[in-house]
Amino acid sequence: MLNIDNLTNTIDGKTILKGLSLTINAGEIHAIMGPNGAGKSTLAYTLGGRPGYDVTGGEALYDGVNLFTLEPHERAAAGLFLGFQYPVEIPGVSNLQFLRESLNSQKRARGEKELNGGEFIRLAKEKAALLGLDMDMLKRPVNVGFSGGEKKRAEMVQMGILDPKLAILDETDSGLDIDALKIVGAGINAIMRKPDKAVLLITHYQRLLDYVKPDFVHVLADGRIVKSGGPELALELEREGYAEVVAA
Amino acid sequence: MPVTALALPTRRQEDWRYSDLEALASLWPLPAPTRINVATGETANHHLLQDAADGSAAVHDYVITVADDARCDFHLLNIGGKLGRVTFAVTLGARAHFGLHGAIIGGGDQTLEIITSVTHAQPDATSGQTVRSVLGSRATGSYLGSINVARDAQRTDAFQSIKAMLLDRTATANAKPELEIYADDVKCAHGATVGELDKAALFYMASRGMDPATAKTLLLRSFVAGVFDDMPDEALREQFEAAAIAKLESLV
Repeated sequence: MLNIDNLTNTIDGKTILKGLSLTINAGEIHAIMGPNGAGKSTLAYTLGGRPGYDVTGGEALYDGVNLFTLEPHERAAAGLFLGFQYPVEIPGVSNLQFLRESLNSQKRARGEKELNGGEFIRLAKEKAALLGLDMDMLKRPVNVGFSGGEKKRAEMVQMGILDPKLAILDETDSGLDIDALKIVGAGINAIMRKPDKAVLLITHYQRLLDYVKPDFVHVLADGRIVKSGGPELALELEREGYAEVVAA
Repeated sequence: MPVTALALPTRRQEDWRYSDLEALASLWPLPAPTRINVATGETANHHLLQDAADGSAAVHDYVITVADDARCDFHLLNIGGKLGRVTFAVTLGARAHFGLHGAIIGGGDQTLEIITSVTHAQPDATSGQTVRSVLGSRATGSYLGSINVARDAQRTDAFQSIKAMLLDRTATANAKPELEIYADDVKCAHGATVGELDKAALFYMASRGMDPATAKTLLLRSFVAGVFDDMPDEALREQFEAAAIAKLESLV
C-alpha cells in the first residue's frame, strides 16, 4: 500500500529525514518509535504534504501513485488520514460542519454521491458513540476548548467518519489517561484493523501498543529506520531505552 | 457659494482619504442623506444590502437620531460597486443605544467604505460597532469611525470592534477608530486587527480532504457569520448570509 524508498527532506534548509525506507502492506499495523528529534513527526507531516516540509530525494508510492505529486487534499481523497499530535483549533467552524465539508469534498473528488444532512448526522452519531464522545461536542467549534484527551478522541471520530485506507497517527496517545487510551485504542482497532487498511502509529511509548497490537515495530533515529522487528522490539525499547537499542 | 458646495471632495479631507473620487464623480453632487429618527422608548431595526452593479458607484448617507430610552440596530452588508460607501452620523439621547453590525466583502478594484460618527450627547447611552472585512485582489476596505462623548454624557459605554482579513498582498484594509471624549466617567473600548487566513487551519482542513477554495470559504464564512446572527427577521438574515457567502465564494 505504501512504499517509502530512501526519503530525504528538509525544513528551513535543515535535513531531517536522511534516507528513510519503509514498506507497509494492506492489513498491517506498523509502529514507529524513536527518541525526540529523530524525525517522527516530520515523517508524518511530509507524507501528509504540510507546506514547508520539502522532499529533496527518494519517493513514496501509495497504491502505485507518487504521493508527492498529490496536493494534501488529494492525498486525503485517495484515502490517507493524518492524525495530528496537536490537533488545530478552528473557532467559528463546528466539528459537524468541518467533517461534512471534508467528507463531501472527498466524495466529490472520488466521483461518489455526497451525503445529505440526515445521512451525515447518522454516520457522525455512530462514530462518536464508538469513541465515547458526546454529540454535543461535535456541535462545538473544531477542537476549541477541548482537553488534550478530547482532541485525540475527536481526531479518531474524524477518522471513523472519513474511513481512510491508510492512517498515519502522530502521537495519538499523548495527552491521554489510561481510560481514554483504552477507548482510543479500541477505536483504532474497530476502524482500521481490516484486511484492506493499514496503520502507521508514531509513538514514544509502548503503552498504546498494549491496546493496538502492531505487526511490525521500527526504531527511527537521526532520520532513518535503524532497526525493525516484531512487537517484542517495543518491549525491548521500553526496558532498555533507545540509546541501548540504537547502539546495539 | 453654491459652486464650492458642489465641488468634489479631495483626499486631504480625512473622511475621503481612502476613497475612489473618480468613481464618486459619476454620482456627484450627492442627494440629501436618509434621516432616521427613533422616538423616545422605541426600538428600530434597519438594514442595507449594498450590492450595486459592477463598475458603478453607490453612496448611502444616514443621519440617525436615537431619542431617550430608544434603541436602533443597523445591519449592513457592503459588497457592491466600484465604490460602495455608507456613512452614519448618529446622535444618542439619554439611555439610548445604537448598534452597527457591518460586513465589507470586496475584490477586484473595489473601494468599500464604512464611515461613522457616533455622538453620545446625553448620559448613560451605549453604542457598539462591529465590522468584519474580507478583501481580495486589489480591493480597498476602510472603516473610519469616531465616537464623540459630550461633557454631559457621563457613564457612556461604547465599543468599536474592527477586524479585517486580507486574501492577497495587493488588497488594503484601513481601520481608523477615533475617540473624542469630554466627559470623565466613560467606558470606550476599541480594537482593530488586520490578518490573514490561518495557515495551520488551512492545512488541517486540507488533510481532511477539503480543497483550498472550500477550506477558505468555510473559514471566511465563520469570520463574517456572527455579524448577522442577531438579525430579528429570519428571511432577511438568510438573504444577507446568502449574499455574503456568494460574494466570498467569488473571491477565493
